[in-house]
Amino acid sequence: MRELKASMAGTVLNILAAEGEAVTAGQAVLTIESMKMEIPIEAEFGGKVEKVHVEVGGFVNEGDLLLTVGE
Amino acid sequence: MKKILIANRGEIARRIIRTCERLGIETVAIHSEADGDLPYVGEATQAVLIGPNPVVQSYLQIEKIIEEAKKHGVDAIHPGYGLLSENADFARKVAEAGMIFIGPSSDIIEKMGDKIQSRRTMKQAGVPVVPGTEEGVATLEEALQEAIVIGYPLMLKASAGGGGIGMVRCESEQALTQQFASVKNRAKAYFGDDIVYLEKFIADARHIEVQIFGDHQGNLVHLYERNCSVQRRNQKVIEESPSPNLPQDVRERLCEAALQAGRAVGYTNAGTVEFIVSPNNEFYFLEMNTRLQVEHPVTEEVTGLDLVEWQLIVAGGGELPAQDTIESKGHAIEYRIYAEDPKTFFPSPGKLEKLQWGEGARIETGYEEGNLVTPFYDPMISKIIIRGSDRVDALSKSQTFFNQTEIAGVKTNISLFKEFIRSEEFIAGDYATAVLPQWMEKTKEEHTL
Repeated sequence: MRELKASMAGTVLNILAAEGEAVTAGQAVLTIESMKMEIPIEAEFGGKVEKVHVEVGGFVNEGDLLLTVGE
Repeated sequence: MKKILIANRGEIARRIIRTCERLGIETVAIHSEADGDLPYVGEATQAVLIGPNPVVQSYLQIEKIIEEAKKHGVDAIHPGYGLLSENADFARKVAEAGMIFIGPSSDIIEKMGDKIQSRRTMKQAGVPVVPGTEEGVATLEEALQEAIVIGYPLMLKASAGGGGIGMVRCESEQALTQQFASVKNRAKAYFGDDIVYLEKFIADARHIEVQIFGDHQGNLVHLYERNCSVQRRNQKVIEESPSPNLPQDVRERLCEAALQAGRAVGYTNAGTVEFIVSPNNEFYFLEMNTRLQVEHPVTEEVTGLDLVEWQLIVAGGGELPAQDTIESKGHAIEYRIYAEDPKTFFPSPGKLEKLQWGEGARIETGYEEGNLVTPFYDPMISKIIIRGSDRVDALSKSQTFFNQTEIAGVKTNISLFKEFIRSEEFIAGDYATAVLPQWMEKTKEEHTL
């Protein structure tokens, strides 16, 4: 199981991957809005999304856990 | 005018407070929860917590801001730039509540905020506009039909857009077909209005704007031009005045066209007329900004004037000085320091662990060392304005300044400036709006060789 963490603080604008869904490395899995800009957050690795730890509209700090992805 | 409320935050709130203090005018600052520790809050005569961090719940709360202004017995409201500064509804409600809105009337804001209407108004007044559609294009079929007349490449733009948002360049019929629905949807989402129009794309153009000022006695003056062609993501990064490589006669005609534009709407207070200037110095009206600009200090440095003071004078019914008393001397360059990755331009919020500025610059910043740059607002940390006897002098002072400057805790674009101001492209001065991304691409290739 690997963890995808927030690379910067911001508000979660949308979540593009659902729990149970397979994602590939480089795929945009959610969008964070920070400093008036929308930033796509890409999966650093492929696998099945085990859990989504954030919700739309929620605030995340740098380093916060976003998703856990299974092997 | 004895007391004003500043409906803004950070560096511009601080800038307005400074002039008010000098003139003996009291100030009321508003702030969100996250901004409570910023210097401007302590520097204002009074400060009010206006709401939670998101702008829609704080700095865009029209009713709440007006209510606080009334409660504090202010004579006027200064909107700064961004936020509510070009919101006609806000300007109208401030006036209805019996206070002065420091800016043009709500009618003018409305007229110039609608890009299709402003293009039409300027065309009628004899100001050249970028060739394009007279009206909005409702359907893709209509857009494709109009595009044949205009020719590719062209710009697809939201009528209610601005500030680099809601526009896309289309190279071909295929691109226009692909982009049409998405630009329309984005316009609806961002500006609440999905009207779009087409404009010819002017290749290798410069973005040059003219500062104008009008009073209630019918006087209208210009304060010369600023070249704002160094941009990233369609947003300005460096501005300078005078504009390098602009023949004097073209400069004069630009300033005259800006006055013509102002006269066409009976403009009052501070405004900026933006033009696109082609490589052979043909120019076209782009849009009018009905507020004080971020880059107004460039004009202040070459003219020796205080534009915020002028805004207060005009708003209070005072008269402007004559055109022939306004002179431009020397050269001024402004650099916008952003909390962002200098390569990807992605934002970099965080704590300003170290904020050490160099010497020889005017520094307009909303932060002090130890402050947090939060993800809720614009990434601009500071504006650096450097004045020289000429452009060469200003550039040499800029280099010294950036070499002495050190910011830690957040990523900034200072390293980018250090390199870019030494580039042939910038030194030559005949750059167009794509200069920064093109230069970055070129240096990236050189590094990989």
